[in-house]
Amino acid sequence: MKFSVKVTLKHDVLDPQGKVVKQTLQNMGMDTLINLRQGKYFEIDVNENEESKAKNKIKEMCTKLLVNLIIEDFEISKI
Amino acid sequence: MNSSVIVFPGSNCDRDVAVALEKLQFRNKMIWHKETSLPKSDLIVIPGGFSYGDYLRSGAIAGKSNILNEIIKAANDGCLVLGICNGFQILTETGLLNGVLLRNKNLKFISKDVHVKVIDSKNKFCNKYKKNQVLKLNIAHNEGNYFTSKDQLKELEDKNLIPFKYSDENGNINDENNPNGSLNNIAGIFNDKKNILGMMPHPERMVDKFISNEDGTNLFTSLLN
Repeated sequence: MKFSVKVTLKHDVLDPQGKVVKQTLQNMGMDTLINLRQGKYFEIDVNENEESKAKNKIKEMCTKLLVNLIIEDFEISKI
Repeated sequence: MNSSVIVFPGSNCDRDVAVALEKLQFRNKMIWHKETSLPKSDLIVIPGGFSYGDYLRSGAIAGKSNILNEIIKAANDGCLVLGICNGFQILTETGLLNGVLLRNKNLKFISKDVHVKVIDSKNKFCNKYKKNQVLKLNIAHNEGNYFTSKDQLKELEDKNLIPFKYSDENGNINDENNPNGSLNNIAGIFNDKKNILGMMPHPERMVDKFISNEDGTNLFTSLLN
């Protein structure tokens, strides 16, 4: 069963990389750009048949390693 | 005093720390991260470098290695633990220290000597320094921008758990002298019991006046007191 995990910086955490990407796009003439934040994306395949069990496993992976909960939020979706 | 320096794939300050410790009369052993037990140690040092190439987040992968379980046990029993640079990042990733180290605010890898003020000297790591003494120490990092929640930051300040802050040579602490964007100019922090210290500057590079200066020496010799 395949899932995607989207990891984003919490709103009050500074995102200097996103800021530079935003500035560059604006310098390139993308003048309708208002804001941009950079994140991470994982695709994870697990050997489980039950969706809820699989989701719990992915959640465990997120909280134990993939995500630093002090600065990041995450969102799991089935692919 | 017995010390152990932990070595990960990608550590690159491990030998520098060992040289400093041995020069200052510690009996030191190098410990590979796959070990499942630690020799009897009064001090454990997690050195700087780029463990696991900084994959995922700096220190995240090293934070899950075998030896970290032993370090956590030893730390909880009161063993002294010093994490320098990448070692500080690893300590925050394991939760032994509060907060996280983000990318430097200016997005640059910073390698230079900076001034660091001793905020608190009444602890095992700093008792040979004077309170408010200004040191010149080297920093070399890409992720040294200390961040934590407002509540935790208040707790660190209230409980006097911040021994080192970036300053100018006269000890003034302000944005101009903050090299990486760290909250409150934080350069190093303790856990609640003050037996675990994490710091971005490299004291082990400052133990020989012919190479740099000797401002880092007292951090190690304080532990022998």
